[in-house]
Amino acid sequence: MNIVVCVKQVPDTWAEKKLSATDKTVDRESVDGVMNELDEYAVEEALRIAEANGGEVTVLTMGPEKSVETIRKALSMGADKAVHLVDDGLHGSDALATSYALAKALGTIEHDLVILGVESTDARMSVVPAMLAERLGAAQLTFARKVEVGSGTVKIERLTDTGYDVVEAPTPAVVSVVEKINEPRYPSFKGIMAAKKRPLTTLTLADAGIEADKVGLGGSATSVGDVAARPPKQAGQIVKDEGDGGTKLAEFLASQKFI
Amino acid sequence: MAEVLVLVEHVDGAPKKVTLELLTLARSLGEPSAVFVGNGADNAKAKLAEYGAAKIYVAGDGDFESYLVAPKAEVLAQVVAATSPAAVLIPSTPEGKEVAARLAVKLDSGLITDAVGVDDGFVARQSIFGGAFNVSSTVSRGTPIITVRPNSTAPEPAPAAGAEEQVSVALSDAAKQAKVLDRVTEKKGGRPELTEAAIVVSGGRGLGDGSNFALIEKLADSLGAAVGASRAATDAGWYPHTNQVGQTGKTVSPQLYMAVGISGAIQHRAGMQTSKTIVAINKDPEAPIFELVDFGIVGDLFNVVPQLTEEIEKRHSS
Repeated sequence: MNIVVCVKQVPDTWAEKKLSATDKTVDRESVDGVMNELDEYAVEEALRIAEANGGEVTVLTMGPEKSVETIRKALSMGADKAVHLVDDGLHGSDALATSYALAKALGTIEHDLVILGVESTDARMSVVPAMLAERLGAAQLTFARKVEVGSGTVKIERLTDTGYDVVEAPTPAVVSVVEKINEPRYPSFKGIMAAKKRPLTTLTLADAGIEADKVGLGGSATSVGDVAARPPKQAGQIVKDEGDGGTKLAEFLASQKFI
Repeated sequence: MAEVLVLVEHVDGAPKKVTLELLTLARSLGEPSAVFVGNGADNAKAKLAEYGAAKIYVAGDGDFESYLVAPKAEVLAQVVAATSPAAVLIPSTPEGKEVAARLAVKLDSGLITDAVGVDDGFVARQSIFGGAFNVSSTVSRGTPIITVRPNSTAPEPAPAAGAEEQVSVALSDAAKQAKVLDRVTEKKGGRPELTEAAIVVSGGRGLGDGSNFALIEKLADSLGAAVGASRAATDAGWYPHTNQVGQTGKTVSPQLYMAVGISGAIQHRAGMQTSKTIVAINKDPEAPIFELVDFGIVGDLFNVVPQLTEEIEKRHSS
């Protein structure tokens, strides 16, 4: 079972995120980049499936030059090889354009499964896995909290608001995983050394057969207008509990018509 | 007036509150039509008409319960092709966003998710990076597809015709690849869903132990609220991960958010910062959560919460 795991480099979860003043895209220069946290679970799940069933794990990333740090991390966790889709023409792609570019890049890699984190912590749309399934004509198995691979089929537990759905599909399939599906491994020293020798292929738009006018800011189907920092919240009322804190809070809630 | 399609989210036909919110919002933008997929349309029609649906497109005959997401996108694509609406509004729930995603690919149309409002000309307002920035976005290609967060609009009735139109759909094989074998309910019923609830009470590290979530549940029940948890609490196994509010969990935007024993790290704030009214109980006066609150109590939650719950119950019964 050959698996492609899609990972994204995002601004560090703990950093203050900003939009670029010039083109209103996510400012990726002024902050440290890390592997999207939810993608760590995707890498781990891919490795576990390959370890149990055989097959290769390929890491696919779309992003600027410095995303190679995130590729290295996935390789040092144990992925076999990597593909980096990197081209200035991709800058500013929205979800629709991103899913188009990723689908094209996936076309260059033999695979039975595509695994992703359920969302990125920067854009937080959570739509690329479903878009990929639609574009690839592959089964959509998303929001997985458990993945079981059979022969030619994949079964997941899809997290819902009230519990979970058991969903099964034939391969090829696109799987997205939620936090806590597993415990991602830390790269070992051996893994870090081995990662340096693993094959890394770089793809440009032309290499992947991506039409330039369908990606980037120009090829996107959405555009960002006004951007404003949220006005600072007016300081609220802070009361020290003198034994009647619960009553005071109840009075506030009543004054706001919540009770 | 231009037609605006609203995808109905329902449980066995009963429309969820977010559907009524979207119909209300759609009325400010054009003429709302509801698109109902699945069983139980007869339970929904009166309500959808009451909240302004001029037409109700019903796709009922199909094995919709056995499949996820893809069939709804196919129905919507078909209705869009037949009606050329001005826009499609979809609840910004996990499934709603996925339906919107597939629809966007089918129509090669722009998709905006997580809108907290939509203005004239289908300008969508979003709150990004955990509420740090307010952004307005537009769709520049195709039919605007916008997912709107629950609690963005107050639902208001405005009776309309609610004329039913049957939609017959032959689902493609591609839409039937992922088959639902079983649906399992784990959570006990009774409390509202986290993302839809008007009031959310969340507990965090300050509770010290999972068993103390009973205090949070009791307070939540006194207010008819949903229960949330910080990442520290779910990481410790004190409360199910499905209830996690924050950057890697759920985003909520209720009328009232109560943070109990939660310091308010960025991770948590990203999931609740846009709540209308925020209150916190924390023993540390320096906790960052107090920067966000309308009302905060610096004190021991084990004293404050029971007193608060008792006071609320007393007021309700008097």
